[in-house]
Formats: sequence, structure tokens, C-alpha cells
Amino acid sequence: MELLIQSIINGLIQGGFFALFAVGLVLIFGVMGVVNFAHGELVMIGAYTIWLVHAQHGLPYVPTLLLAILLVTGIGLLMERFLFRPNRNDPLAGLICSIGVLFILQVIATLVGGDGPSKQVPPPLEGTLVVLDFIRVPYQRLFGLGVSVLALLTLWYFLTRTRLGWALRAVALDREAAALQGININVISFIAIGVGAGLAGLAGGLMAPLTNINPHMGHNVIITAFIVTIVGGVGSLSGAVFAAVIYALFHTFITVYVGGTVATICGLVLMVLVLIVRPTGLMGMRVSE
Amino acid sequence: MTRSSGVKRLFAVAMLAGLLILPHLLQFHHQDLLIFLTINVLVVTSYRLVTLTGEWSLIHAVMMGVGGYTATLLFKQFELGMWFTLPLAGIVAAAIAALLCFPLFRMTQFYFLIGSFAAGEAIRLCWIQFVDPFGGTGGLSGVEPPLIGEIDFLEPVPYYYLTLAVVGLCLYVLYRIENSRIGLILHSVHWKAPLAESVGVDTWRYRALAFIVGSFFVGVAGGLKVHYLGTITPNQFGVGFMVFILIWVIVGGYNRFYGPIIGVIVLTLFDESIRSLEELRPAIYGAVLIASILFLPNGLESLVARIRQLLGKGAAPADTSFTDK
Repeated sequence: MELLIQSIINGLIQGGFFALFAVGLVLIFGVMGVVNFAHGELVMIGAYTIWLVHAQHGLPYVPTLLLAILLVTGIGLLMERFLFRPNRNDPLAGLICSIGVLFILQVIATLVGGDGPSKQVPPPLEGTLVVLDFIRVPYQRLFGLGVSVLALLTLWYFLTRTRLGWALRAVALDREAAALQGININVISFIAIGVGAGLAGLAGGLMAPLTNINPHMGHNVIITAFIVTIVGGVGSLSGAVFAAVIYALFHTFITVYVGGTVATICGLVLMVLVLIVRPTGLMGMRVSE
Repeated sequence: MTRSSGVKRLFAVAMLAGLLILPHLLQFHHQDLLIFLTINVLVVTSYRLVTLTGEWSLIHAVMMGVGGYTATLLFKQFELGMWFTLPLAGIVAAAIAALLCFPLFRMTQFYFLIGSFAAGEAIRLCWIQFVDPFGGTGGLSGVEPPLIGEIDFLEPVPYYYLTLAVVGLCLYVLYRIENSRIGLILHSVHWKAPLAESVGVDTWRYRALAFIVGSFFVGVAGGLKVHYLGTITPNQFGVGFMVFILIWVIVGGYNRFYGPIIGVIVLTLFDESIRSLEELRPAIYGAVLIASILFLPNGLESLVARIRQLLGKGAAPADTSFTDK
């Protein structure tokens, strides 16, 4: 029972992180049509920023977190301007370019941090919340959950309540029709990848004190993001959030009761099943051809 | 015999002679590399067959692993020789591909890409999870090359000739497939799928066919590799290797049969020439990849076509009629 409740809480917190980077991937794919294979590496760069600037050089955690977001957003904007925009009509070329970025970012991380064992960042928030004697949640994890929820709510507000958000969703639905309405596709693409990459940087920064940091950590991130995106529905942000929480619970439970590798296998099989039974995902709409 | 076909024949003979002499001009380490390069030529060429229908799968590397594990298990459990394990490696890979067709080809494009990636990772993680037959993360070892009379195929040079023969045969078959009626239908499925369907082509069946045949040949390549290397691990066939297959094919160009072959040869030579840079290598690869997408979108093969045009061969790129987007 204790293990069960503890697993549910850990799964929910994990779900918040999953949602942050999956939503970014969905946003970039929706607006620009590009599968950003380097998305996991953007998360990795966010985590490395925390390790280098906060843990190594002593800048407080929260300013470093902002720095991580800015840095990763900058990388995202550069990718859009120099890689994705010239290949706007060729999604495969965009995908391949992002693989190139993936390699480059991994090497940068190796050069900065060395190829040794994984890095650990001591949690900036000490202490643990204890409820009813057996539920233990470190404050650092609570902080991560709170920030994730706040970021997702802000994104939801931006997309549904502001003109710029409407424009962005219009581009995701039909790029040409949106352009004919006078929406500047290049500006919207900048915003989409800026927000998507920023969320990835935030996710990396929040996860940094809770996980092992190494140049190859992006691999698991991208697998998770793919599963969440497909299960939730490729074009659907709310679907991605929903699927992130479901999948995080699913993954946490199988990891606790069986093992991590089996959990990932089950996740992948689940994803293939969803693709077969309901290719548009749990909450997806038909994506325009 | 016209003059140009005479030149072509002369070129083919010279190339064959070059391939036969090549290992004797190299050091041991480079002979090793030559064998892997020859195997990788088969990997990229079989991948091209899959991509002919316009679907980019991310499971090809894992299919090579399926062939490799099949050959390993057959060799170790049943003591079958390479003459049996190689074709069986291909057949098992093709059979698994055939099973996967049912879920995978319900999807196209992005969904197929991700679906094939997921299916491949699931298979690969099974090799890690089920230690009993597959040996877990450490994999399996102790696979040996065949022994025919006095010839010891443990030596690189004889094994290179064996590899060259097998790969050559496979390339010939792949080339004939592409230039047959079936090959033309595959092209039509890619570029004008609704039109192809309207004249009675079952596009699902041809997509599946290309996938199964491509998996067969990459399975054979997996068998070739494990019999020389002697060991097999799940990580040899991970996303990393799949990405390299993609890079070879894209940098080489995928509109012509020889494009991916040029890609794998040039990039392997390039990789060898920057070996001293150690940990910087992936970044340089990444930069080359991006540069080739931005500045050479049709791959290295477009350079070859241009050179041929400049030389006044007059043979304007014949295949591009398929590729007008």
C-alpha cells in the first residue's frame, strides 16, 4: 500500500516532466512539420547548464534555471533559422538536420563535462515533505511538479486566450490558409520552436537534481517523448499532457514491480498498439495531408 | 557492341580487378575495415530498396541484428555452418519483417517512421531483457567463420573475398529487382500512389514486399558481420547505427542505385581520415550531414551525374524522371 501510493506520487511528478518535453515536441511538429530528433539533447543541454553553472560555479538554482531556458531557446531559434526554414517543404531534410544537431550537442556536452561517469547535482531544496508518516516527497520534486504545472497552464492560456496563440494554432491546422490570412509563418515558427525548446530547457533544468546527467541522456528522453506524442495524438497538446501522466504512471509501476527495461518494452508495444488501433492517438484529430 | 558499352565493360573489369587486389595493398587494420565496409554496402543498398516506396523505416539496423542473432544462435545451438546460417539469417529477418508489416503498414510517413522505430527498439530491448537465449547487454560470442579445406576464413583476406562474393551476388539481385517490372511499380507507389492504385496496383502489398525483401538482405548482412566479428551485442544495432545508415544513404543520395554506395564508401574513408580527432568525430559527422542537406540536397550522386554530363556522355540523368516532385 505504501509502495503503491508512493509510486503514484512519483509517477505524477515524472508525468509533469514528460509533459514538458513532449508538449514541446508536439508544438514543433505541429507548426513546422519537423520531427525534432534533437529534442532529447535540448533537455540534456538544460540539465548540463544546471550542472555547470549552478553546481560547479555556484550561481543560485533559480537564475540558473532561467539561464538554461534562455540558452536552449537560443539553440532552438538558431535551428529554426538556419536548418528548418531552408527546408520548410522537405520534412525529411529537417529531420536529418536535427540528427546532425543531436551529434553536435552531444559532443559539446562531452567536451564541457568530460566523458567520465554521470554527473549528479545535489538538490538545491533540502528536506522532505512527510504526510501520514509513510508518504515522503522531497521538496525538490514538489518544486519540479509545481513549476511544470505552472508552465503548462501558462502555455494553455497563451494558446487559447491570446491572438498570437490563435495564430499559432491556425498555422498548425493549415499553414497555407494561415499565411493567406496574413499570419507570418516565419514569426510563428520562431515562437513555436522558442516555446518548445524553452520547455525542453526547463524540463532539463528541473530534472537535473533528480537524475543522472550524461551526454547520452537524451536517448531515453526522445523515446519517452515519441511514446507520449503518439499515444496522446500527434497534433494534440492536451492529449500529450494526458498521455504523459498516464505513461509516467504506467512506466513507474512496471519499473517498481518488474523492471526498467520491461517497462520501456511495454511502453513501446503500447505505442505500436495505439498506432494500430487508433493512429490518431487518444485525443488526436486527423492531421491534414 | 557500341563504343560506350565497350567502355562500360572495361570499367567493370577494372573495378573488379581493383576490388580483388585491394586487400593486398592494405594493412591488417584496414583489411578489417574493408570487410565491414563491404557488408555496409549491402546494408545501405538493401535500405534503398525499402525507401523506394517512399517510406523511411527506422528498423533496418535492428533487422540486421535479427539476422546476426539468428546466425549466432543457429551456429551455437545447432552447429550449423555459415552456408546454412547466412540464408536462414535472411529468411528469419524477412519472416519477422512480414509479421511486422501488418501493424506497420497501416501507417505512412511520420507514423510509419515512429512506429518502425518503436518496433525496432522493442525487439532490441528484448535482446537485453531475455538473457537466456540472447545473452543480455553483453551479447553472445564464439561464432566462427567457416573452414573450407585449407582456406582459413578467420584471416581477413579470404573472408573479404567471401564477403565480396556474397555481397556482389546480393547487389546483383537487388539491382535486377529495381530494374524489373516490380521495381518500376515500387517507384510508382512512391511518386503516384493514387494513380498506381487506380490501375490496379495493391500499394500495401508492394510496400510490404520492398520491406520484406530489404530485410532479407540486411539479415544476410547481419550474418556476414557476426561470422567475422565472432561476437554480437544489442548495442551494435541501436539507434546510433540506424542513424549512420540514414546518413550514408542521404549524403550519398537516394535517387540512383549507386548513390548510397558512394555515400557509405566516401563517409567511411572520411571517418578513417579523421580518426585522430577522437571525441570530436560525431560533431564533424553532424556538421557534414547538415552541410550536405543544405548544399547538396541530392547527395554525392548528383556530383557524379554532373561530372558525367560535363564529360559529354550525353546520358542525361535517366532516373530523375521519377524524382520530379
